[in-house]
Amino acid sequence: MRPEPSRSTCSAKETPPVPDATELELTAQELRDANAESVLDTDFHRGRATLIANPEHVLVVLGALRSKGYTFLASLHGCDYYPHEPRLGILYELLDMRRVDRITVKARVHTDTPRIASTVELFPGAEFPEREVYDMFGVVFDGHPDLRRILMPEDYEGFPQRRDFPIGGEPVLFTYNDETSYGKWQ
Amino acid sequence: MTSGGLTSDYRKREESITLSSEPVGETHELLTLNIGPHHPATHGVLRLLATLEGEVVHDVKPIVGYVHTGIEKTCEGKSYWKVIPVVERMDYLSYYFNAMAFCGAVETLLDVEVPPRAQYLRVIHLELNRLMSHLVWLGTSALDLGAISMFWYCFRERETILDLFEMSSGQRMHTRYFQVGGVIEDIPGGFAAKLRTFLDEMPTRADQYADLLEKNQIVLERLHGVCPLSEETLLKIGVTGPLLRASGNPWDLRKAQPYSSYDHFDFKIPVGTVGDNYDRYRVRHAELYESVKIISQALEGLPEGPHITPDRKIALPPRHELATSMEALIHHFKLVTEGFRVPPGEAYFPIEGPRGELGCFVRSDGSAKPARVHMRDPSFVHLQALAPMVNGAYIADLIATLAMLDPILGGIDR
Repeated sequence: MRPEPSRSTCSAKETPPVPDATELELTAQELRDANAESVLDTDFHRGRATLIANPEHVLVVLGALRSKGYTFLASLHGCDYYPHEPRLGILYELLDMRRVDRITVKARVHTDTPRIASTVELFPGAEFPEREVYDMFGVVFDGHPDLRRILMPEDYEGFPQRRDFPIGGEPVLFTYNDETSYGKWQ
Repeated sequence: MTSGGLTSDYRKREESITLSSEPVGETHELLTLNIGPHHPATHGVLRLLATLEGEVVHDVKPIVGYVHTGIEKTCEGKSYWKVIPVVERMDYLSYYFNAMAFCGAVETLLDVEVPPRAQYLRVIHLELNRLMSHLVWLGTSALDLGAISMFWYCFRERETILDLFEMSSGQRMHTRYFQVGGVIEDIPGGFAAKLRTFLDEMPTRADQYADLLEKNQIVLERLHGVCPLSEETLLKIGVTGPLLRASGNPWDLRKAQPYSSYDHFDFKIPVGTVGDNYDRYRVRHAELYESVKIISQALEGLPEGPHITPDRKIALPPRHELATSMEALIHHFKLVTEGFRVPPGEAYFPIEGPRGELGCFVRSDGSAKPARVHMRDPSFVHLQALAPMVNGAYIADLIATLAMLDPILGGIDR
């Protein structure tokens, strides 16, 4: 007998996430007990548990979660919350493969001091994703072994994924008729 | 922004790379060899800086970004339903998966129900896409090992799959078949019959591939025990998919966190033992049979019902309603011009792509356009595992290992 088709594709509904709203609060409290300033806030939305961490203590939070079982860094990406301050968010999607649950750690930094500690020591696979976040948002990861642009040309200026970065034509590298071409971004 | 920059740090670093040999000791020398960016064996536009001692690889540095087209930035300027064709072009061999990850994230934010028939149709197309992607991988990898006829055989079956895609959506690649809330159209008459013929044939074809490759001593010696990497190291780097399963870890999101009704189907997860190139080949080859099993079960058990959500605020009304219903006309106009608005929030939707965990992060600010779309592409993460894999191996095995890694540069560079 084939089971009845489930109602939605949302994985959150089919396999209830283990860090539900209660457990997320417990985890946050545990982290606050160890370091009172480490966790600023929590957010539980549509089955997704997010810890909003203090960017200065992000390594402490990630290290504690890693020893709790969230040993796999599934994804690391940036996000620009323009016009809300602090604008730049760095999101760490952590995964516990044994209990099959996910938790997100979010740290937000200002655009005038976009610095955060690198997690390459904890999660070696963060090397390329951190380079990408640096490339696209200009967040400097302190302690990263090789922080260079990865997708954009290395002599590029500006951080294109920021929300206030202009979209439009820009001069092409290696062009012989650069002076006569029109439509370039001034 | 800047047009000059010939004396920038980048140029200086480029000029500092010595492409001639440097003596090491009295009898040896180190040679830095540039491979790519345009080379058939790099499976795309990938540049590798390899440091060699004789034929032995000491270090390899992948350099990417040559096909970066700013798709994630483009997405921020388009309404949600117009983002789908753009994200499909990221990893150009797994377009259904890209669309699925994006639609799944948006559906999570909207909290919309996907009808069972749409979920099954999605599974059929996802698994056909997995077959197609693995066939391209098998053909091109065998080509790198010197077996040219495999390429033609694999592309023959791939043609059949692309014909099926053309039947259901009108396009062979980048089909825009998946929509938020379901799929754009039901499958046409004749599709099921043609798919059944293909499903009957495919296991025989896969057997033939195995006969061609696994009874060939040259291929076996090129694969057995070459460039293994332990499960522990792979997990640290963040490797998932067939590469992780080849090392013996049966992690598969279709089983671990089932989405789109994957829990209704009976299939196995092939795993390897030591994680060498032979295991990587065997795991993907065994997945061909499992995908066929999933598709046949989804086709036999295809539920009746709508193929897209009946929510008119998200999905277009059927064409015939436009002539009779004013309301349908208004919905159609609103959807085509502005698109639908998504409540504010963030979602990360991971699925099991042909290469590993493909996750889409979408942030909505409440408008009709996403405020951020990010694709966690498995190829991008896996490329970091290349250097640990090939250190101390021969340069010929570097090419073979790169093929077994199966990187898609469209997905890496986005």
